[in-house]
Amino acid sequence: MATREIAGKQIEFDDEGYMTDHTQWTKEVAVVLAAEDGISELTERHFAVIDFMRKEFEANGTGPSIRKLTKQSGVPTKELYQLFPGGPAKKAARIAGITKPQGCI
Amino acid sequence: MKKLVILGAGTAGTMMLNKLEPVLDRDEWQITIVDQFETHYYQPGFLFIPFGIYNKKDVIKPKRDFFPTSAEVIFSAIDRIEPKENKVSLQNGTVLSYDYLIIATGSKIHPEETEGMKEAGWHKNIFDFYTIEGAMALSKFLKYWEGGKLVLNIVEMPIKCPVAPLEFVFLADWWFTEQGIRDKVDIEFVTPLPGAFTKPKASNVFGDFLDKKNIQLVPDFNIARVDSEANKIISWDEKEVNYDLLVTIPTNMGDEAIARSGLGDELNFIPTDKETLQAIGHDNIFVIGDATNLPSSKAGSVAHFEADILLENFLCAIEGRALRAKFDGHANCYIESGFGKGILIDFNYDTEPLPGKFPLPGVGPFSLLEETKMNHYGKMLFRWMYWNLLIRGSELPIEAQMTMAGKRR
Repeated sequence: MATREIAGKQIEFDDEGYMTDHTQWTKEVAVVLAAEDGISELTERHFAVIDFMRKEFEANGTGPSIRKLTKQSGVPTKELYQLFPGGPAKKAARIAGITKPQGCI
Repeated sequence: MKKLVILGAGTAGTMMLNKLEPVLDRDEWQITIVDQFETHYYQPGFLFIPFGIYNKKDVIKPKRDFFPTSAEVIFSAIDRIEPKENKVSLQNGTVLSYDYLIIATGSKIHPEETEGMKEAGWHKNIFDFYTIEGAMALSKFLKYWEGGKLVLNIVEMPIKCPVAPLEFVFLADWWFTEQGIRDKVDIEFVTPLPGAFTKPKASNVFGDFLDKKNIQLVPDFNIARVDSEANKIISWDEKEVNYDLLVTIPTNMGDEAIARSGLGDELNFIPTDKETLQAIGHDNIFVIGDATNLPSSKAGSVAHFEADILLENFLCAIEGRALRAKFDGHANCYIESGFGKGILIDFNYDTEPLPGKFPLPGVGPFSLLEETKMNHYGKMLFRWMYWNLLIRGSELPIEAQMTMAGKRR
């Protein structure tokens, strides 16, 4: 657990760098987290994914799998990997301010 | 008469039938079990077929051998479940009504989910070993193979028996050594996971084994397509891995009937209460084994531990009592590591695999997260236990809930 100040807010993170309280999230926070992951600009397409992930999380308590993302968010897999290089489900979850997806068993 | 319908007569469904049949009053309950196939496969044995350790007859028996005489058995595919009407329609035209339903329809591989997988190379130099056909075809191929690059690729998680891919490469290392061609074979383990396994401690231990056995680990590889002309697999972010022989663990999905019934998630796995094993939103439907969406391994041992919990909760449910038993995600896996040795892991939702002794603390005879000959004997003995005890519903000397006794942090 660690608390950091981002975009003027005190925000709590777990050991893997995911926000512990998704209600603290704002677009400004997302921009900072994205920059930390090497994404210099968040476009509308990024936010299409992020919004979908947050909606899923609010409904189900966990982020969606990549399969569900591509099926329901309207963003094809190929583009997902371009938007969030090196692991869209995990990276987009971090930037969307939700906990790490449970996909891995 | 009250009616219990069990869908699926694989490991989980057969076990559940054999546990419930002796305890439900025959004058009150009619039990029906449905499956589309008449042959029961010992699926853990598929791993050994490519290396000639088992053959087909070691892993098959007629399903009928394992059904109690009082149960009604129907061999038919399922069309759909209608949970609002408490009915199941079968593809042979029969409509079954139920008071309680247990879904044990399992999971299957879907190589067609990956672009290019089922084209020219399929069962020529691309094989699965999660079906009897795949395992047999690979066995034939390996007999004549003179070496080259063997790539094992996991397409996406979750998969049935998440340790089987590791066992495959460990056994391949041993087998090619025995054949005298290990120096002519490169082995690569290409996985979407960040390491050799899903849980951190075990992942490190298995990573060291891969190293020691000279097996290359390629992590974070999410396959997009197979180019079977050029013999390479390509990831979504355009990384490429060449192969001469590709052993694939394709996408695993639940039964199509689950999708038709609107009961599944995007992989046709059924949202299930992780403690009570009830289908979420349906109090008179229980789900067991690979058919669930639980964050536990898809493995026979998990189905076995779930069966004890489900039995207790089922008996509470039919008497209108609160469900007391809680599944903890317990899994117990013997991992063949080649050269007559094996590794054992025991874990649950919250506790990752740890070192120690099993099942008797401090004594064993099995060792956790360590490679021993005794663990290998445990694995080989298990086939007998499976056919003679496990799916017949007999008690095994392992508790359903994981214990910390004997484990070291």
